[in-house]
Amino acid sequence: METLERIVADHPFFQGLDHDFTELVVGCASNVRFKAGEYIFKEGDPADTFYLIREGKVALEIFAPQHKPIIVSTLGVGDILGWSWLVPPYVWKFHAHGISDTRAIALDGKCLRNKCESNHDLGYELFKRFAHIMEQRLESTRFQLLDVYATRR
Amino acid sequence: MVAMPAVDPLLPTPYIVREITKETPDTFTLMLRPENGDSSSPFLPGQFSMLWVFGVGELPISISGEPSRHDRLTYTVRSVGQATHAFISQQRGDAVGVRGPFGVGWPVAEARGRDVIIVAGGIGLAPLRPVIYDVLANRKDYGRLVILYGVRSPRDLLYRKELAAWARQRDTQVLTTVDYGGISWRGHVGVVTTLFKYARFRQAQAVAMICGPEIMMRFVARDLELQGLARENIYVSMERNMKCGVGFCGHCQYGPHFICKDGPVFGFDRIRPLLDKYEL
Amino acid sequence: MEPVCDASGVQAAEGSSIAAAGRRVQTYVLPADRLDELIAALKQRAYDVLGPTLRDSAVVYEHIEFADELPRGWTDSQEPGRYRLEKRQDEAFFGYVIGPQSWKKFLYPAQTLRWAAERTGNTFRILNNERSGSRPYALLGVRPCELSAIGIHDRIFLDDRYPDTIYEAARSAVFIIVAQCTQAAATCFCDSMQTGPCANSGFDLALTELAGGGEHRFVIEAGSERGTQLLAQTSARAATDDDLSEAEAARSGALKQLRSIDNTGIRELLYNSFDHPRWEQVAARCLACGNCTMVCPTCFCITVEDTSDVSGQHAARWRYWDSCFTLNFSYIHGGSVRNTGKARYRQWMTHKLAAWIDQFGVSGCVGCGRCITWCPVGIDITEEVRLIREAKLNGNS
Repeated sequence: METLERIVADHPFFQGLDHDFTELVVGCASNVRFKAGEYIFKEGDPADTFYLIREGKVALEIFAPQHKPIIVSTLGVGDILGWSWLVPPYVWKFHAHGISDTRAIALDGKCLRNKCESNHDLGYELFKRFAHIMEQRLESTRFQLLDVYATRR
Repeated sequence: MVAMPAVDPLLPTPYIVREITKETPDTFTLMLRPENGDSSSPFLPGQFSMLWVFGVGELPISISGEPSRHDRLTYTVRSVGQATHAFISQQRGDAVGVRGPFGVGWPVAEARGRDVIIVAGGIGLAPLRPVIYDVLANRKDYGRLVILYGVRSPRDLLYRKELAAWARQRDTQVLTTVDYGGISWRGHVGVVTTLFKYARFRQAQAVAMICGPEIMMRFVARDLELQGLARENIYVSMERNMKCGVGFCGHCQYGPHFICKDGPVFGFDRIRPLLDKYEL
Repeated sequence: MEPVCDASGVQAAEGSSIAAAGRRVQTYVLPADRLDELIAALKQRAYDVLGPTLRDSAVVYEHIEFADELPRGWTDSQEPGRYRLEKRQDEAFFGYVIGPQSWKKFLYPAQTLRWAAERTGNTFRILNNERSGSRPYALLGVRPCELSAIGIHDRIFLDDRYPDTIYEAARSAVFIIVAQCTQAAATCFCDSMQTGPCANSGFDLALTELAGGGEHRFVIEAGSERGTQLLAQTSARAATDDDLSEAEAARSGALKQLRSIDNTGIRELLYNSFDHPRWEQVAARCLACGNCTMVCPTCFCITVEDTSDVSGQHAARWRYWDSCFTLNFSYIHGGSVRNTGKARYRQWMTHKLAAWIDQFGVSGCVGCGRCITWCPVGIDITEEVRLIREAKLNGNS
């Protein structure tokens, strides 16, 4: 049976993390499930958690007046959901909407923020990893914006 | 059926427009048949024809139909200028001049026994469709078939019904994504590389064929390499200005290669050093 | 005595009517004032004779009927960006070196009707495409570098994947009379390109003009059966050993060349110099006027234009010379790939000297020097290669 420790340690996001740090992280981790259609978080909510998606699909949405929210990105297995917990004012900028039944590891952001404040080495390890995620998302977003399929520039 | 005689590659042969399908607001598929019940020119997936609209101009267009059908040639064209607009405005019964087929096609034979990964962007699915037809018509000769397709928005999707039908085939995966979903799209949103995490194939036994805008082919090929595919097993379809299609006009040169004769399909190992050369 | 020229000279296309010849057999002498006999013999065989004439202060190729249309007694002085005609001391017919035009003016014309079509019912048909009724060309005064250039075009239009039927038709019966060079212009560098300074094969006749004292005469080598037969219709006599040695001495004058290209590893040199700073420097001078591509005997880029008449019932496709220096040349999807002049100059030079080798097995340059002479700002391709190579050796790029 998979322990939380095992799942966290094996997740690509935490690869290479010191055993001690992994323990620290696991201390803030828990297993969660969402049903298809459920909102994991909403724009404007306090951002105190992030998720490692283990199964299922999640859509990042933006609220649009007069009609249903617009999906700006979809995330799936192995993806990290949420980084607003890392940067002030710690508030979600988008909705996260489970498109299918979703299983994830939830990491308590507040708990982790405190641990990072007292252990800067842990903080550095987490920031390194999140920098990579942000870079990937920024690159993808830029490509989406580029409208590569357009016929005229 | 009368076999096509060898023809001067610079003279167009009349083909008659038989069917017109509107795929998207600006993209149409035209099915052409030779006159007099002749056989159509045989072609390999990835090859293109030079299509001539009487007195207007000529276009290099990839053949997007079934290679196994010898009574027709099918093309999917997006209207972007005078010549393409004239082409898609043809009516049933009109004659269009066809030269070709020309060019080096996709490595369909080399892919036998392996997993086939098709990555298409926008209208890039059209030159890849003949590969899909070939693989599905000879299903047991190939491993898994993975089709990853990205477009700007849902209304730009080509061949919707076929995409659904292909998804139902044995050992076949079809995943589509859009850059921007709009109000009602509930599928994947993001660039086509975000679909890789869902694709199931054997890295060591796969051949990838990529077609779409050059930027897209670059970042897809790069990501496929990161996924463990060897450069020799990744293929792209390049595009440049073409006037003749047979290597005389000099316009389509890309480094030392004539895209009309040495391409349009190239192995990524060969093309990789050229892709970075700005204004080559 | 061994001839001055080495064993270079582009092979004639397979299947063409021009056979490679032995070098010392079948050599004749024709007095210079009997040159008209040669032209008359050609006309009698229904050839359309093309040769050098004087027009617009330059030596240009035109249809000729008589020897007195040739630029007798004239020579040219050439420098980067400069061409002047000057009077000679003697009355040599072929005393110039090379004019702005090459034989592609006729074999690969600047404007050609490719085919015409007309509507019939709901379809169309291509109209009878045959070029009947035009006489075959006889080229009088082909320089060895030009002969090489014709051989290069043969590789592209006859020997590659698809034949160009128009070129095929114009080329097949062409009668070639080489005028061996006895002097080089300051801009010539055929020696380093191994395309000259003399022709050893691939011609019907090769004339070496002896005009500097002694009898003014042509020492003529027959390069084919029909060349020999044509001479039989003139008062040409067999050449003596003295004729032969004088001819060789005359031809050695063409070996004194001021310019050269070192072709060692030129492919790798240019492919690896894509980001060389020299391209910016030459681009600052280059006007992208395309003169070099117009005068170059091997440049072959063309464009096509589809036309239709007012009734819409008739259509035609025309072929025109094009140049990679135009902005539109690489236009695709709303913009040009080679936007800057730098990219276009680099494309031209890299193609000519390097990519051509990958494409056709030979260099695209025959060392005729026209691009140097006719560049308005005097860009010198030999200098550009030298500077790129030197900078690389010095580790400057």
